Amino acid sequence: MKRKFNVGDFLSKYAIVLVLIALFVFFWIASDTFLSRMNVFNIFKQVAVVGIVSVGMTMVLLTAGIDLSVGSIIGVACVLTSVLLVSGMNAGLAILITLVVCAALGMLNAFFINQLKIPPLITTLGMMTTLRGVAYLITGGMPIFGFDSAILVLGKGMVFDVIPVPMIIMIVIFILGWLFLDKTRFGRHIYGVGGNEEATRLSGINVKKVKYIVYSISGFLSGLAGIVLLARINSGTPKAGDGYEMDVITAVVLGGVSISGGEGKIGFVIIGVMFMGVLTNGMIMLNVQEYVQWVIKGFALLAAVSFDRVVQNRKAKVA
Amino acid sequence: MSTILKMKNITKIFPGVRALDNVCLDFEEGEVHAIVGENGAGKSTLIKILTGAHVPTDGKMEIYGKEYSHFTPHEAMELGISAIYQEFILVPYLTVAENIFFGREQTKGGFLSKAEMNKKTRELCLEMGVEVDPKAKVMDLGVAYQQIVEIVKAVSQNAKILVMDEPSAPLTTNEIDAMFNVVRKLKSKGVTILYISHRLEEIFEICDRVSIMRDGQYITTAKTNEIAKKEIIAHMVGRELGETFPGGAGSTDEIILEADGLCTRKINDVSFKLKKGEILGFGGLVGAGRTETANALFGIDSLDKGHIKVNGKLLKVRSPKHAIQNGIGLIPEDRKKHGLILSMQVKENITFSILGKIKRWIFVDTKEEMRISEKLQSDLSIKTPTLKQKTRNLSGGNQQKVVIAKWLATKCDVLIFDEPTRGIDVGAKQEIYHLMHELTKDGKSIIMISSEMPELIGMSDRIIIMYEGHINGELCAGEYSQERILELASGQEFGGLGA
Repeated sequence: MKRKFNVGDFLSKYAIVLVLIALFVFFWIASDTFLSRMNVFNIFKQVAVVGIVSVGMTMVLLTAGIDLSVGSIIGVACVLTSVLLVSGMNAGLAILITLVVCAALGMLNAFFINQLKIPPLITTLGMMTTLRGVAYLITGGMPIFGFDSAILVLGKGMVFDVIPVPMIIMIVIFILGWLFLDKTRFGRHIYGVGGNEEATRLSGINVKKVKYIVYSISGFLSGLAGIVLLARINSGTPKAGDGYEMDVITAVVLGGVSISGGEGKIGFVIIGVMFMGVLTNGMIMLNVQEYVQWVIKGFALLAAVSFDRVVQNRKAKVA
Repeated sequence: MSTILKMKNITKIFPGVRALDNVCLDFEEGEVHAIVGENGAGKSTLIKILTGAHVPTDGKMEIYGKEYSHFTPHEAMELGISAIYQEFILVPYLTVAENIFFGREQTKGGFLSKAEMNKKTRELCLEMGVEVDPKAKVMDLGVAYQQIVEIVKAVSQNAKILVMDEPSAPLTTNEIDAMFNVVRKLKSKGVTILYISHRLEEIFEICDRVSIMRDGQYITTAKTNEIAKKEIIAHMVGRELGETFPGGAGSTDEIILEADGLCTRKINDVSFKLKKGEILGFGGLVGAGRTETANALFGIDSLDKGHIKVNGKLLKVRSPKHAIQNGIGLIPEDRKKHGLILSMQVKENITFSILGKIKRWIFVDTKEEMRISEKLQSDLSIKTPTLKQKTRNLSGGNQQKVVIAKWLATKCDVLIFDEPTRGIDVGAKQEIYHLMHELTKDGKSIIMISSEMPELIGMSDRIIIMYEGHINGELCAGEYSQERILELASGQEFGGLGA
């Protein structure tokens, strides 16, 4: 049996790539500085934080869950690392402690979801506010400055003077995420839980364990993103990562990960991340008013989710 | 008495299935009319056509002398047709009165008039001869009272024709008597009742006439005082065993699985032995505890009492994982809901339970995965363009083979098939039957739960019949007939034939 080439299928699969190209061309024409070398590197630097978190978010969405607490975990990571560094701790150790704490916070999300059966949306909404409060409490509301500059290489460093370190970190995380999701059995289990949780359990798989792993990874990667952000802005502000969950979820859904779980490829998520980066940056380059930016970003999320629903409903009819 | 509703040559065709075939039925005003038939006889489709949930493919319905090709749900309600399903459609958090007036709330000046609704509810209940507190929340009521609330709700909507689908199934003996009283009250008010039940004794007690259906066809109607139970059963099964079944391998005497006194919330004292190479059939009505027995064996429902031995070794099944590790596999009734991950590829589904065994370092060994999947694909002749095809694009029969392949991949010795051929077309059925026999020849043992009589009789080496959560009888090859199975399944004592 030979399959016919179907224009509709092709478009629904690669729509985001075409849209990204269109957006790119639009900003290129509309703004003189958009395609300058400086700005392109800027885009890559800026998307790194969202990109790193989106790998964890992809896994969470694939299990048909959601993690709204990522932005606040970024904030906690940012101030926690700063406090540890200011206290004179070795940078490596400070980073390690922060990552462990953030993974544990993710695990706490999974605890509520698994043990108390609270929907992920509510659990992580509660954690989002709680952890933002914690971030402010740690610093007393003030940003923290003046720590060892060794850490700054994570945010501002360049390899061979051309490639920003945050971008390298992001790409490494994407590759690891791809290997994990596509090549290991844990990855399969993640797809299984989102595709059909009951069938997965009846196949002898510990669904709770899968969720613990996934939310911990999301917490861990949010922590890592927080450290990268800290290194870039050089200030431990409790406001760090505010609202990032929005950008991350939009990027992941734009990348074709279904909000009903079980379907989506991480390779496309990086396109979604680039889309959000280009959109944000381009709007700034064109001096679009901040409130208008919100409207456009919010609309991007709704458009992406609507598109997903249309595709899923069509599949449901086939099945 | 006059005829209130006529169904004329009603036919309903679903893709691949003729659910109703030229059915003609008359219902008279104020009669209690039983409709009986085996699972799949077409009773549910008939109800759904009456309530407007399905549109008939062909035929007419005449009500109050007016002819309709179909009803919309709204029309059915306007015409006074109501149905009480096995699953009640009540809002548990609302009170009795709020449920009864749901969607038709009584108001005064724009506000709910609760006192009025409570008063009317009390009156309606008293008319039915039952006392229910209108202010009680439905979730706090027992099943019997919830059912009454459903009935009262239907009556308050001026129901003229009331369909009751297995109304006695969830009730105790005393509650059934109370329900019968309500039915008699309704009858005296001129309401026509379509009474659907598997329990033939009840039909003689409460119904005036009985219509029998089989395989989507109308067979006959008789007055209950002019027909014997044996005749009804004969009409219900009256088919020749048309399909052919491959010959079995014959079981050995080696016992592979032993269940001893299993009790869960849903089953009571279930004991049996499964021999190596055997197909052990489980017969009984829907809800008799067959699937629940499978759930106990597979670690889905926890055991309150009793134990399971596999190969003579005592087994503590706490989760499906343990069951699988001990060589038990379950091919569930609803394969889309419980058996497969439709969004995944065929090969991914096949290897889903054995990923831990086919790894190279931490990665899935995709070459090994392909090898195993290709082998099973050709063994079971799964028809798919490629093994990378999404499972949702396969036909029902092929999806079922993928579920079987998944369990064969785990190399389990005991396979539980829950309704192995439900929703599968005839050709694929034969293939599944052959496959099951091949499996027993390879030394696997099969527990087969089936509601299809020919399948149960044609495939099983032995048949266990369950009734209301316990085993009501066991028949060995040569002993079984459709009549005997149906009698045991409808609750007659073992050996108590001729009643």
